[in-house]
Amino acid sequence: MFQLLAPDGSATGAGELPDADTRLRLYREMRRARHFDERGWVLYRQGRLGVFPPFGGMEASQVGTAAALTADDWLFPTYRDTGAALTLGLPIARALAYWRTSPHGWAMPENLKVLPFYIPIATQYPHAVGAALAEKRKGTRNVAMAYIGDGGSSEGDFHEALNFAGALEAPCVFILQNNGWAISVPTRSQTKATNLSKRAEGYGIPGVRVDGNDVLATYHVTREAVERARRGEGPTLIETVTYRVKPHTVADDPSRYRTDADNEGWDAKDPVLRLRTHLMAEGIMTGESEAALLKEVADEFEAALKEADSYPDPEPAEILDHVFAEPTPQLRRQREQILNEQGSSEESA
Amino acid sequence: MTATVSKTDTKTMTMVAAINDALDLALQQDDTVHIFGEDVGVMGGVFRATDGLQARYGVDRVFDTPLAEAAIVGMGIGMGLAGLKPVAEIQFAGFLYPALDQVLSHLGRYRHRTRSRYHLPMVVRAPYGGGVHTPEQHADSPEAILAHTPGIKVVIPSTPADAKGLLLSAINDPDPVFFFEAIKLYRSVKEEVPVGDYRVPLGKARLVTEGDDVTVICYGGMVEVAQKAAAAARTAGIGVEVIDLRTLVPLDTETILDSVQKTGRVVVVTEAPRTGGFHSEISATIAEEAIECLRAPIIRVTGFDAPYPPFTAIEDVYRPNAVRVAKAIKAVMGY
Ligand SMILES: Cc1ncc(C[n+]2csc(CCOP(=O)(O)OP(=O)(O)O)c2C)c(N)n1
Repeated sequence: MFQLLAPDGSATGAGELPDADTRLRLYREMRRARHFDERGWVLYRQGRLGVFPPFGGMEASQVGTAAALTADDWLFPTYRDTGAALTLGLPIARALAYWRTSPHGWAMPENLKVLPFYIPIATQYPHAVGAALAEKRKGTRNVAMAYIGDGGSSEGDFHEALNFAGALEAPCVFILQNNGWAISVPTRSQTKATNLSKRAEGYGIPGVRVDGNDVLATYHVTREAVERARRGEGPTLIETVTYRVKPHTVADDPSRYRTDADNEGWDAKDPVLRLRTHLMAEGIMTGESEAALLKEVADEFEAALKEADSYPDPEPAEILDHVFAEPTPQLRRQREQILNEQGSSEESA
Repeated sequence: MTATVSKTDTKTMTMVAAINDALDLALQQDDTVHIFGEDVGVMGGVFRATDGLQARYGVDRVFDTPLAEAAIVGMGIGMGLAGLKPVAEIQFAGFLYPALDQVLSHLGRYRHRTRSRYHLPMVVRAPYGGGVHTPEQHADSPEAILAHTPGIKVVIPSTPADAKGLLLSAINDPDPVFFFEAIKLYRSVKEEVPVGDYRVPLGKARLVTEGDDVTVICYGGMVEVAQKAAAAARTAGIGVEVIDLRTLVPLDTETILDSVQKTGRVVVVTEAPRTGGFHSEISATIAEEAIECLRAPIIRVTGFDAPYPPFTAIEDVYRPNAVRVAKAIKAVMGY
C-alpha cells in the first residue's frame, strides 16, 4: 500500500513529497471539508440541513484525489463525496443547498464539470467512461474521474465501466474509496477479495492501492494516474484504503452492526491530524498560521451558509421544470393543474 | 395448511412488524424459504423488516448479499429453479432498476419459456413511494413497469393485517411476486393482526368503505388518502366506495365492475407518474367493460410526469393528497 506519510507525520521515503505550498493547499482543503462535515452535523440537529452522508475521516481520500484535477476535468461524485466536490471548486453554498434538498443545489456552476451527487450506486461509473471518451474524441487532454465505494464495486456497472474504459482506452481515473463498510456490510462480507485494486488487472488496466488517510499519497498516485490519462495511456483504478468513522448517514445508528473493536485504531490515523503534525514538524505551518487558516475556513463557511439561507424555497410548479427542453402538452396541463390547486388551497386557507 | 383464526387471536402490530411476523412464520414453516438482500441480515434491514430473523434462523437462511441488485434477483432465479423459495429484498424500489434486466428478461418468463418445466416461486420485497421526505430516487413507484411485465404478480398492501396475509400468500405462490411496501405506512398505522398462519388471497380487492355515488380505486399508500377524502365527502352527503386493490396482478376486475355498476362514477388514485401508469389500465378496463354504466368521465388522480421530487419544501405537491381526491370526487359528482 503506497504511503508517503506515516501516521506520526514522518515521511516514509517512498516518494518525493509535493512542495510546501501544495502541502499547505491540501491541508486547507481538508480543513474546509472537515469543517463542512462538522458544521453539517450541527446544522442537521438544528433542522437546517437534511439527512446527509458524513465523510469525516475520509478527507485525505477525497481531497487528495480531487486536487489532482483541474477545472477542465470531469468529476462524478457519489453522495458521500461532498469533500471531493468542494475541492474541485463546488461552492459551499451549493453543497449546502443540495443537502438541504433545494433545487439550487442541483444547478451546478457553469465553470465546472461536476455532476450532482449520485444517489443510485455505481451508475455513474459508465458515465465517466463516456465523458472521458468524448474528451478524447474532441482531442482535449481532459480526463474524467469517478468515485465509488467498496460496496458499489460489487455492482455490474462498476465492472462494465472498467472493462469499457480499458478496451476503449478512455482517459478515466476510477477512485474506489474502500471505507470498510456498505451501510452494515463490512468489506469482508461484501467480497472475498482482500485487495480491491487488483480488480483492475482483470480488465488490463493498472490498479493502485494507496493509504487513503495519507493525503500526500492519494494526491501523488492520483496525479500520476491523471497524467497517464492525459498522455493517452488510458484508465487507472485507485483504491484508497480508509475508514468510515461516522455513521452511514446522520440518521443511521451503527451500533446495530459494528463494535468499538471495529473502529479501533482509526482515530490515530486521522488524515487531517497526520498532515498537521507533519506541517508543524517541518515548520511549514505554525500555531499562528494555522489559527489564521482555520478562521478563514470558518468565515468562508458562515458566508456560504448565509448565501444558502438566502436561496428562496422552490415554487410548487418547479417539480415539473426541466423534464424536457420543451414541456410536453401533458406537462403544460399538469403545470396548470398545480397552479390552480395552489391558488385554490391558498383561497381556502 | 391455512389455519382458521379465531377473532381474538390477534396482536396489535405496525405494518413493518406484520411483515416481520410473516417472514418469521414463512421461515419457520418451510425450510426452503431463504431471505437475502442488502443489509437484511445483521442490521435487520434499513426499515427493520427482517429484524431478528438472522439471529433466529441463521446466516444460511437470512443473509446479507453484496451490493448488486441484478445479482440479487438473478441469483434468486437460480435458487428458485433449483427448488428453494427465495425472498429477496431490494432496499428501495427506486434501486430495482439495475435488476430490471433479470426481471424483464427472465423472472417473468421462465415458466413460459420452459413450458412449466421450471417455475420461479420467488418474492421480491421493496419499500416504495413517497410522503416521508427521502433523498432522490428513494420514493419511486415503479409498480406499472412490473405489472406490464408478463408473468409477474404485483402485490401492494395498505394495512398491517393485509401485509401479513398477502406476504404469506406471495411466499407460498408458485410464481414470481413483487411485493411493494409503502414506506409511509410502515409505522404510521397499527391494527390487530391475526397471529399464526394467516393468508389473504392474491387477486381479491378489499372494500374499504361502501357508498352508492362514487367508486374510488386505489392501493398501497394512497388508501389512507382516499379514505380521508371519502370521509370528507360523506359529511357532504356523497357516498364513496373505496376499493383497495391489494394486488395489481392478478387484478380483481369483478369487484371493480360491481362497484362501478352501482355508482357509475370513478376516481382512480396512485402516486406514480401519470403517463402510462397502472391507473390508466384500470380506467381502460372500466371503459371497455362498463362504459354503459358510467355517468361521468373517469378521473385519475396521480403523481406528475416528472421524477419524484426530493425537495422537502414542495414534495407534497407531487403526491396526491385528500384535497386532490376530494376535488376529483366533486368533479365526477358535478359532471
Ligand atoms: C443501486 C442502489 N442500491 C442500493 C442503494 C442503497 N444504499 C445507499 S448507500 C449503500 C451502501 C453503499 O456502500 P459503499 O458503496 O461502500 O459506499 P459508502 O456508503 O460506504 O461510501 C446502499 C446499499 C442505492 N443507493 N443504490
